[in-house]
Amino acid sequence: MGAKKGGKQEDAVEDMPHVPLKAILLADSFNTNFRPITLERPKVLLPLVNTPMIDYTLAWLESAEVDEVFIFCCSHSKQIIDYLDKSKWVNQPNFSVTTIESYNCIGAGDALRLIYERNVINGDFILISGDTVSNMVLKQALDEHKERRQKDKNAVMTMVIKQSKPSQITRQTRLGTVELFMAIDPATKQLLYYKAKSDNQGNLTLDKAFLAENPSISLHNDKQDCYIDICSEEVLSLFTDNFDYQHLRHFVKGLLGDDVMGYKIFTHEIHSDYAARIDNFRSYGSISKDIIQRWTYPFVPDVQFSMSNSANLERHGIYMASEISLSYSSKIGRFTYIGKGSSIGGGTVISNSVIGEGCKIGSNVLIDGCYIWNNVTIENGCELKHAILCDGVVMKSESVLEPGVVLSFNVVVGQGFEVPAYSKVSLLPQPVKQDSDEELEYADNNSGIIPVTNTLENGNSSSELEPSDVGIGGRGFIWSISEVGHEEWRHSVAPIPESKLIELTQTVFDNLEINIQDDNVFPIADEQESGNESDDENRDEDQIFEKEIEATFLRGVQENVKEDHIILEVNSLRLSYNMALENCASALFYSMLKLALDTPHNSPANLVDNTNDVISRWGKLLKPYIQSIDDEIEVILKFEEMCLENGSEFAPVFVLILHLLYDKDIIQEEAIHKWADEKEGADESDKVFVKQSEVFIQWLNEASEEED
Amino acid sequence: MEFRRGSNDDGLDRRFWGRSQALWSAAKREGRYPSLPNDLLYLSHWFSSVKLTQNSVIMPDTHTLVNDFLNKLKKRKIEGSKATAKLTAELLRSVISQQRLPNTNQAGALIHAIKAIGEQLTTANPVEVAVGNIVRRVLHIIREEDVSLTTASIGGLSLQGLSDDEEDNPLVSAAAAAAAARTTLRPPSLQTLLEDMTPHSAATALHHSSSSAGDSEDKTKSTDKNSRSRKLKHNVIETVNELIQDIATCHEQIAEQAVEHIHHNEVILTLGSSGTVIEFLCAAKEKKRSFRVFVAEGAPRYQGHTLAKELVARGLQTTVITDSAVFAMISRVNMVIVGAHAVMANGGVIAPVGLNMVALAAQRHAVPFVVLAGIHKLCPLYPHNPEVLLNELKSPSELLDFGELSDCMDFGIGTGSPLLHVVNPAFDYVPPKLVSLFITDTGGHNPSYMYRLIADYYSADDLVLQQRPTS
Repeated sequence: MGAKKGGKQEDAVEDMPHVPLKAILLADSFNTNFRPITLERPKVLLPLVNTPMIDYTLAWLESAEVDEVFIFCCSHSKQIIDYLDKSKWVNQPNFSVTTIESYNCIGAGDALRLIYERNVINGDFILISGDTVSNMVLKQALDEHKERRQKDKNAVMTMVIKQSKPSQITRQTRLGTVELFMAIDPATKQLLYYKAKSDNQGNLTLDKAFLAENPSISLHNDKQDCYIDICSEEVLSLFTDNFDYQHLRHFVKGLLGDDVMGYKIFTHEIHSDYAARIDNFRSYGSISKDIIQRWTYPFVPDVQFSMSNSANLERHGIYMASEISLSYSSKIGRFTYIGKGSSIGGGTVISNSVIGEGCKIGSNVLIDGCYIWNNVTIENGCELKHAILCDGVVMKSESVLEPGVVLSFNVVVGQGFEVPAYSKVSLLPQPVKQDSDEELEYADNNSGIIPVTNTLENGNSSSELEPSDVGIGGRGFIWSISEVGHEEWRHSVAPIPESKLIELTQTVFDNLEINIQDDNVFPIADEQESGNESDDENRDEDQIFEKEIEATFLRGVQENVKEDHIILEVNSLRLSYNMALENCASALFYSMLKLALDTPHNSPANLVDNTNDVISRWGKLLKPYIQSIDDEIEVILKFEEMCLENGSEFAPVFVLILHLLYDKDIIQEEAIHKWADEKEGADESDKVFVKQSEVFIQWLNEASEEED
Repeated sequence: MEFRRGSNDDGLDRRFWGRSQALWSAAKREGRYPSLPNDLLYLSHWFSSVKLTQNSVIMPDTHTLVNDFLNKLKKRKIEGSKATAKLTAELLRSVISQQRLPNTNQAGALIHAIKAIGEQLTTANPVEVAVGNIVRRVLHIIREEDVSLTTASIGGLSLQGLSDDEEDNPLVSAAAAAAAARTTLRPPSLQTLLEDMTPHSAATALHHSSSSAGDSEDKTKSTDKNSRSRKLKHNVIETVNELIQDIATCHEQIAEQAVEHIHHNEVILTLGSSGTVIEFLCAAKEKKRSFRVFVAEGAPRYQGHTLAKELVARGLQTTVITDSAVFAMISRVNMVIVGAHAVMANGGVIAPVGLNMVALAAQRHAVPFVVLAGIHKLCPLYPHNPEVLLNELKSPSELLDFGELSDCMDFGIGTGSPLLHVVNPAFDYVPPKLVSLFITDTGGHNPSYMYRLIADYYSADDLVLQQRPTS
């Protein structure tokens, strides 16, 4: 059977060169991160350093020797198709571009289902979205994928990843996305775990069974998902079979979680190549800067890779296109791009910015870190910092943009008006009802184009009548940012404000402290058993359980509840937390010692007395839970642990209390022997208490001999 | 190397024709039509190329070829001046062979077509000057072939005229033909420059003689045409083939001279890797010269490592050093031999990054700095701001791993402006005063002599490839 299979696959290899490499390009991001701009223009046509994003993706696909690209358009599909018709991509030899249009897709899942129905894909294909910038060499990844496929039919997908360290403070990547955790088999590069953490905690929970199954894993939080996937055709059918996969990464999680089918996902890490996806405004800014810094070479502004006009690169990373008029006294700072036909007035200072084509910038304007698209007019004395200005925006004189502002198409900012930080201004009113993102997108598709004309007309006629949100003579609505108010700074092009960073640093430290304290108060009950420190979930549960037991016990002590009742309560806790008897025993014992410890005492002897009191009064509670020798050993271990960690006052009197427990018949002689035996092979540091109790154990031995 | 077929030998000195053409165009600019001899008027058809644009239709398949090449240039898929030069020449050859030529002014149409393509090619990757060089070379070839063809026919005409009108002295044209043969057969050098004085006067004499034969020209013109059109194309293609051959064999031509430059027990220093340098050193080795080579590794591409491997494989004693150790080692070196990306008209060199430093070190210790350059690397332009305009900044990933430094490029923290900037220029400009000697396939030359070589290989009319709008 195996041999037969091998033969077949060899044939497949020989056929490989004839199979054209196909790619599916999703020209819709299916999210609302780029609102309000995407209400009027699809995301993939937004200019990134003066070239539409889709051109970067297509140029890369072409250079990666992809033969056929299927572009899936959903919202604003007409604009995309019109653009492509005019572009050079349609009439290329050896590179065919086909558009697939749909009006009712609400996610990537739907898109792939539709493509599956069209039956255009056979064989491996590349899945990419139209907002990805890359210059990676695909061949190696592709070869690896094919090789794996031959060995294992279940290796359906290869995911491209790249190292990128997330910020320690904000727990987000430089692209503004949340920190990503991946577990990868270091030998096979198989992806075993994939989780994007949305909360601010650095904790990660892994299943114990997961660790047991995979003897070696490497956990990463410094990998960036490039959203370039090499897929086998099964992927499409899997999407069709599972209607709940909506996003591409749902699918990844679905496959990883599903053991039944046994499909596997592998990763391919790129090092010197660049790949990144524009997900939000922050990544838009970061990737623009990467392009200007030439990490995406040869897809840089001074190389003509698309239709756009090329620029000349001058010193200090300044790109200048042709027909620019620069005033004598203007200052163009580093890492700036200035598009064709723009004019810049005297005394104007520009740095770290992209200025599109045909822009008119007056004198004494200050522009820092802005992305200004085409035909924007900025009058004298304006001040702009870290903002995005879409086509046709007009800023009247002396107006100011605070960091993080987004001005959508044709917005007019009134004279002297100061647009507050992180505001998004559009001629379109904010969509009112927002039940769910999906519905929103859906509504957008149907009515995306119609309101544009409507409101524009409204804006024209009524601009004098109704006061606009953006100053006298201005046009545009400032969208409220209430829904995700605290998230604004995360996804904006503006750097995170200093105060926010300090605040975040504080919380990070607080979290750390809490964690440390937690560790002190609740020592790990069954470290040996779980055998893994990263087994966070179990540990958390143990801690909660112990806390509950302690609370129950203390209440019992204070209110002098009957022992039976306490036992009943502990039993119910045991069942609800799904704990073993020994856990209850150790938790109860721990609570008792804690009580003794908390009772005021002035000397170790006094402490022993206290313990004696507590144990004689409540020792019976332990009886139902200590049924075997193992349970007793567990109690001793717990005690030992406590002495080492927070109950260090017990350390000197360890033997005395051990004796006490023996006297009270809580622990039998046998358990003590076994405990001592168990510790025989342990580290020196672990043997401290065994040594301490050596005399006692000897005494026990002698006593038993005498009895004999 | 220029090589001419015997059939053209009875032509006129081409320098004369260049002059008359210049005279003609100057006259046209000024709006006056001087009373030129008839034959010149006839010739003027050949040179007024501008109006015939509609005739220069490129066949669709050459169109795709050109586009394919353009794409590759734009995407930086083709690198290295030799490969680019060869591909450009081959492309132009196929363009010429498929170009449909009009009945009149064939050379003009051809030149126009090549210029149009050349303009696209040079803008596609302005840094790869070899493309422009080859385009100019091909243009020059067309011009020369055309001139030699016309002179051949006119030479025939003048003889014909002589039989009609026996006043002229046949010796004059015979002298002119002989002079033309001499100038074309010999590689241009300072000596030939002096000798050229005599044919020049002869040519003027011939010019007078042929003018009288103008009347009979109309009759022969139509019969000549077909054979001439085929001949022009054929001749041009043949010469372009020779050019391709030249490019392919330039390594060997240069390497042949190795023994003259590398002596026993010498220490040679080189940086990075260059195909020409490998051949050169190995040629010296084959001639039983024993010498040692220091190889500076040539960061960030470290091609020096592969060069060292190659040299060791051929049995040369090799030492690898870092780029920064060049100055420390240079005092032990007898000669620096390096390759070039391009040689400019002033003798300045566009070379892999790091070479300016090596050249300065060599100058400081008076070590000869020798640049090996195939003739296709000769660029007829003067460098203006070459550090910026004739340079290309490559991806910073050749220097650093993006992932390792990604935290330095988190624009969300701080002022939002990048604090880290990685610059990776591909080339250095070595000024001519630092170069001791150029070794090309025609021999060794002084930097100050470069302009002369260039004058032999390129026509002054082609220096600017950008065509101004005719309207």
